[in-house]
Amino acid sequence: MRPPRRILGSTPRSAPLNYNWNWKIFWDLSPTGDGTYLHTLLVGLVWTLATALCAWVIALLLGSVLGVLRTTPSKLAVKLGNAYVEFFRNIPLLVQMFLWYFVLPELVPTSIGDWIKQMPPPWGSFVPAVLCLGTFTAARVAEQVRAGIQSLSRGQGMAGTALGLTLPQTYRYVLLPMAFRIILPPLTSEFMNIIKNSSVALTIGLVELTAAARAMQEYSFQVFEAFTAATIIYLLVNVVVVFGMRFLERRVAVPGFIGHAVQAGGH
Amino acid sequence: MFGNFDYDVIRRSLPYLFREGMTFTVTLTLLAMSGGIVLGTLLARVASAYVNLMRSVPLLLVIFWFYFLVPYIGGYVFHQLYRMNPDGIGAVLVDAFGFAVRDGTPIKVGAFGSSVITFTIFEAAYYCEIMRAGIQSISRGQVYAGYALGLNYWQTMGHIVLPQAFRNMLPVLLTQTIILFQDTSLVYVLSITDFLGAASKIAQRDGRLVEMYLFAALVYFVICFCGSYLVKRLQQKIAVIR
Repeated sequence: MRPPRRILGSTPRSAPLNYNWNWKIFWDLSPTGDGTYLHTLLVGLVWTLATALCAWVIALLLGSVLGVLRTTPSKLAVKLGNAYVEFFRNIPLLVQMFLWYFVLPELVPTSIGDWIKQMPPPWGSFVPAVLCLGTFTAARVAEQVRAGIQSLSRGQGMAGTALGLTLPQTYRYVLLPMAFRIILPPLTSEFMNIIKNSSVALTIGLVELTAAARAMQEYSFQVFEAFTAATIIYLLVNVVVVFGMRFLERRVAVPGFIGHAVQAGGH
Repeated sequence: MFGNFDYDVIRRSLPYLFREGMTFTVTLTLLAMSGGIVLGTLLARVASAYVNLMRSVPLLLVIFWFYFLVPYIGGYVFHQLYRMNPDGIGAVLVDAFGFAVRDGTPIKVGAFGSSVITFTIFEAAYYCEIMRAGIQSISRGQVYAGYALGLNYWQTMGHIVLPQAFRNMLPVLLTQTIILFQDTSLVYVLSITDFLGAASKIAQRDGRLVEMYLFAALVYFVICFCGSYLVKRLQQKIAVIR
């Protein structure tokens, strides 16, 4: 059911902007043959969420380890953590995406490289996208975790050691439980960033939500309907995340402490 | 693994990469920064809905939005101007944008124009938040003192609040500009020849993906690393003055 191509501008006048709105387009079948355009968008949403969630697991684990490393007494560990953060923060995400997708398979031994290149379609771009987003966001999470730990008074760590806890125990039972509660709000915005940043994966061929909207626009020529729908879906996801995290914040809150964001920009 | 690394392809393409690509990247960064700061300062007092909207959708989606929307809006606005005054401003617009202005059809804006508009409007939302925080960091007493001296609202803002707010916010503004510099690489999706676009074109043409992408990463890293180092230095300097 591919609608006939309209030549924009030669159409009968329809105000405003001289554009033919057709909001029923979402129920038309897409020429790819796997359902309506709405279905295309929702599949895109599922890939966006899958990418973001998988990458978030990596980001949270790796970021916490790195953040902790940067607050330990060991100078070497601090340097390692700092080097990681500087490296991943000073290269644009898109370039990192290309490094994972195009460059990495060439630099590893041929057999592994060939195996990576032969991964079947969605996975061939899904896996690099997840690794790229995960390691990229880990640097930002590390920054938050470090700030969270450093915002605790020095006395807390000292009290831990005075009680006879080892350094790992001090982190596990004293510092981290407080630090993570404090940084929940900035972590929320990092999580929303990872959802938004997953759109960059469209450059390596992952059909997530933005790419799905783009595909819908290319097949149906209803540009603004497609982008409006994608925008609304992103907004809804945001709302859900914000409310979910607010609920979590209330559940785990320790009276007398509020979250505070580290001064950092975003995109 | 670097055995057949072809350094020459980098050397050969340096003029193209920097004269074409980096010039575009830097121009776009500077234009979007100045536009974004001006628009953001104006918006800092008003539109939180706008800021929230811009901050909750991916930049890539915004780039696509404006790439398709700007020709329509431009066509509509210019057509209205044309109808108001077909001989004066109308004629100028027809000269500049063609007969689309007369017919009220979408005009051709070009990738550069649309990316400048996109980044200005998108970054304004971020600069706006920074400016708002900066303005709020100035104590209310100073505003009252300004009023007490007989200054009006705009004079108080212009002579008392904004100069201090800009200074407080300078490090964050610059950090955001470094992020903007990195984000401009996303115009790749409009097949524009920015720095990454230039590197990517050569990479595809010569089949030298590894060399070109590693080199691009290196250049971005060096620039952004030095940039953030300078910002850190500046922050310490300003902290002493205050």
